Amino acid sequence: MSAVWQWAKRRPGSARLGAVVLFFLLWELVARTIGDPLFMAAPSEVLAALGPLYNDREVMHAIWTTVWELGLAFALSVVVGLLVGVPIGLHRASHESLFPIVMLLYGIPQITILPLIVLYFGIGPESRVVFGFTHGVFPMIVAIVGGVQSFSALLVTSAKSMGASDAQVFRHVVFPQMVPAFFTGMRLGMSAVLLGVLLAELYSSQGGIGHFTAAYTQTFQPANLFALIATLAAMAILMNEAVRRAEIRSSRWRA
Amino acid sequence: MPSRRRLRAHLIQATFVGAVLVLWYVTSTRGMVNPLIVPSLPQVWTEFVIVLTRGLFWPDLRITLFELAIGYAIAASLGCSFGYLVSRTRYGIRAFDPLFAGLAATPVILLYPLYVMFFGIGVGSKIAIGATVGFFPIVLSTIAGFGNIEPLYLKAARSMGASDAQLFRNVLLPAAFPVVLGGLRIGFIITFLSILGAETLTSFSGLGHQIVALGDMMDTAKMYGYIVFVVVIAATLNLTVTALERRARRR
Repeated sequence: MSAVWQWAKRRPGSARLGAVVLFFLLWELVARTIGDPLFMAAPSEVLAALGPLYNDREVMHAIWTTVWELGLAFALSVVVGLLVGVPIGLHRASHESLFPIVMLLYGIPQITILPLIVLYFGIGPESRVVFGFTHGVFPMIVAIVGGVQSFSALLVTSAKSMGASDAQVFRHVVFPQMVPAFFTGMRLGMSAVLLGVLLAELYSSQGGIGHFTAAYTQTFQPANLFALIATLAAMAILMNEAVRRAEIRSSRWRA
Repeated sequence: MPSRRRLRAHLIQATFVGAVLVLWYVTSTRGMVNPLIVPSLPQVWTEFVIVLTRGLFWPDLRITLFELAIGYAIAASLGCSFGYLVSRTRYGIRAFDPLFAGLAATPVILLYPLYVMFFGIGVGSKIAIGATVGFFPIVLSTIAGFGNIEPLYLKAARSMGASDAQLFRNVLLPAAFPVVLGGLRIGFIITFLSILGAETLTSFSGLGHQIVALGDMMDTAKMYGYIVFVVVIAATLNLTVTALERRARRR
């Protein structure tokens, strides 16, 4: 017993795992004893519901649609973030004049314009991609601008004094400095894109994920609802983790 | 000349905002866009003024602010106490900080359908989602604030005979306060935003719900007016907490 204790003491991860396991055990216990089966499903029931859920053609279609909406919105955010962020950050004049406009737009609570986006782009995947993009692009721009600016002015001046062109300065001085910020922007952008796309998915109950969450809630099928949400949450965690890993790897050379 | 450069920057910003407004005005008054989708600028302005002057927003605003107050109180008290407890040992930080950080990055709004099931379609589910979302930045900043205190300070205070209470009051709190404050501000903002979002998704009251309801009735001019109103409210809240933070920092 004390050996186990000693082992756990050296590994903080075991306490983390223990807390998570304890949470699920408690949930199982509550769901089996005092929980109302109309509203609450035990983790074991949720696990059992996963199989049939994944065999449901329409549910799988909704999940895959969400995946490519996320991918497309993320790709758009990264590309547009670069195209807007680099020119804004590169020159003092463009930074002073344009960056406040970006921050002004970033400051608008986007959830208020979700009904507008649905009005413009319909209730299909288009509106969800657009809403994910408007969420993801701003953190990306801000990180890129920060990254382009964070290199020391001295390096640029010295490169220029040695006769480097703008393109050469960008390629050899600015770009290497920008890489970590680029990955930080990707990480922040990814969690924002997830928020935007999933918000828009839940908003419309006509199709996609929102249709199923609404249907499962109204017909009291908590196991299916939990299983669907757990699947999406797992996807979200995987996507976040992927960009986080990439970020750690990209900034290792600086340490 | 810096002042001339700043003038030019402001000029470009004003031109941008002006151009958007002019474009909106021209396209919407000349019938170049569907008025059901983009209502005319003067019409939206009229509706905005009506929303403001007639006080029609009060019931919704009151509900949203009520949800915000309760949700934020829960997020702040749980976040600070959990964060403090975890920060007390190096082991606790290494065990639980990654857990909270990972959860903070996941879109908690996914849980909203579950919350509606548990807490109902009324204010309960909004308070719960707001409290959950706001909890994470607060707990993370509390851990960061109390967890990264220079050990020398603690040793010095201890060796001079400080009691636990004195240590907390005179060393821990002043050192951690600025970091925790940042988390409290971010927590407040995202609690508000997620409550607005929850009201937009499934609700029958509150500011977020009102925007959707006006959209569903195809009363787009009024919806735009209401959106402007909510944006103003959000900006006001944002400026208020930023000012409060700055003030608390100075002390």
